[in-house]
Amino acid sequence: MKQTAMRLGRIFIRKGLRIVSLLLAVSIIAFALVCASPVDPVQQYILKLGTTVSPERRAALEEYWGVNDPPVERYVNWITNLLKGDWGESALYRRPVADIIGERFANSLALMACAWVLSGLLGFFLGCVMGLYRDRWPDKILQKICYLLSSVPTFWLGLVLLLIFAVTLGWFPVGFSSPIGVLEADVTIWQRLHHLALPAITLSLMSFSSIALHTRQKLTDVMNSEYVLFARARGEGRWTILRRHGLRNILLPALTLQFASFAELFGGSVLAENVFSYPGLGSAVAAAGLNSDVPLLLGITLFSALFVCVGNMIADLLYGIVDPQIREVSQ
Amino acid sequence: MEAKNESLLEIHDLSVSFRMYDHALEQHDLQVISDLHLTVRPGEVVAIAGSSGSGKSLLASAILGILPGNATVHGHLHYKGSQLTPERQAQLRGTEIALVPQSIAYLDPLMKVGKQADGHRKPRPTEKRRKLFARFGLPEKTEQLYPFQLSGGMARRVLVSTALITDAQLIIADEPTPGMSLDQAMEALKLFRTLADEGRGVILITHDIDLAFAFADRVAVFYAGTTVEIAPAADFRTGPEALRHPYSQALWRALPQNGFEPVPGFQPYAGNLPKGCLYAPRCPYKTPECEQAVPPVRTIRGGEVRCYHGA
Repeated sequence: MKQTAMRLGRIFIRKGLRIVSLLLAVSIIAFALVCASPVDPVQQYILKLGTTVSPERRAALEEYWGVNDPPVERYVNWITNLLKGDWGESALYRRPVADIIGERFANSLALMACAWVLSGLLGFFLGCVMGLYRDRWPDKILQKICYLLSSVPTFWLGLVLLLIFAVTLGWFPVGFSSPIGVLEADVTIWQRLHHLALPAITLSLMSFSSIALHTRQKLTDVMNSEYVLFARARGEGRWTILRRHGLRNILLPALTLQFASFAELFGGSVLAENVFSYPGLGSAVAAAGLNSDVPLLLGITLFSALFVCVGNMIADLLYGIVDPQIREVSQ
Repeated sequence: MEAKNESLLEIHDLSVSFRMYDHALEQHDLQVISDLHLTVRPGEVVAIAGSSGSGKSLLASAILGILPGNATVHGHLHYKGSQLTPERQAQLRGTEIALVPQSIAYLDPLMKVGKQADGHRKPRPTEKRRKLFARFGLPEKTEQLYPFQLSGGMARRVLVSTALITDAQLIIADEPTPGMSLDQAMEALKLFRTLADEGRGVILITHDIDLAFAFADRVAVFYAGTTVEIAPAADFRTGPEALRHPYSQALWRALPQNGFEPVPGFQPYAGNLPKGCLYAPRCPYKTPECEQAVPPVRTIRGGEVRCYHGA
């Protein structure tokens, strides 16, 4: 037990170092890209003020923000402030970036978690059905649906669902995370879920096909394996085989794939949140990009990189903990 | 034991074919086993010898009824005197007929050995399995191991115990010896000998034919999906003069210790089989009649041979 803890500790430290170096690289590249872009933060700030500004005032602003300092100095400044907990102030929302990310991420997390669980369960279940009935009609139909859904753009699917279920049928609200005209404190959990449903369904429909197709392939491999042939020779039926050998052997790869899918999940949520005007991190990043809100954009870039890294790290660790072949060998 | 009606397994005129699709969606049947015969009596080890592609492992699947869905089986397949229908096969496999697979790859890599050897039937025969493991000298902690943690010899004993945990009367061992040292192979074969001596019937499918000669009662020689000869193992120990079929003789001469003499030509592929005797294209004694029709099975000196000329 102590050995396991120590080994896990070592892995954590190694992975942690890797994440830190990766984040550093992301921050440098993102910063360089913003520097190279024609975006002028001062100009954007002034535009948002809505009044004209004298050249002297403008020069003072530039001086205050250090726009004319060399890029390296600006980067070092930004990153040291970041480490101290000061992520800068959003030009768009006039609030600290860290606050906005925290608040938006909570919304996104609810959305992504729902979509993640839903797509994982749906994908795994349908993958099992496809694998079990390989090349027969249930498999053929489901496979076509999977290919179709994975080639359809998210925003388009979102619009179609919106049109059918929100506009025509009126079952779900058209947008936002809570009813309009209701105080934040009065919003019930059911109202939140009601607003969450359609974007979460869109997002999970987009991502379940990869896990379903992957599970199908894995289950097919398992069913064609020698150990399943032997299980049949010992008198095990189809369902017994699925229960005893199938699930055992496909669950782990599926789980790993699911944790490694955080990147697609985040990418998908940007589009889905925009279509449904859902106030999450995804719509914030779009707004920040369109309005040249540099501090917010950089902040979210770093934060989403961290999010994806954590997902991948969990996937890696899971393999080491759950798979006996890796677990026992490394001991 | 000599009486025919006491036979455990009786097969004759067995054929297995696979439905295949050509490029133009035309389907045809590819016959991989034809006119095969074999008898196994209780207390007997019957070795099946033959090169790769001679239908040895397919026969095992056909007996157990676990051929792929596109396979068709015809012929006489009887167990304990009554026909082996798919329903009966489903009942018998894992209860009366057991397979001992050839390698560790036949064990689920993620299931502990003990649970795996117990099998899926309830109630779990854990006590019986522990006794079996002890009988085979497997340490008590073996049941907690995963297949990849077993040594070759341990894996072999675990695989055999999966068959003995049932009350199987007929045990089919598919290539149990490859990858083993001579000592391990001898030990494994001795084990099968013991099982037969306890009253079971054992089919030993093997490439190590010289070892099979030593431990089996009878040897069936397969060629291109058919039985060309079934002879007492003693005849194989004596030499080619005691054998009846030219292929058996050639097989004997091809062994390293017997001259290492290769037979020219190739085993014909399924789908491209000769019309008459399957061995005719390579046979030094062939006559026109060999190419006309498949020779019938004849009994000569206590052995069965499918040849016009064998003596």
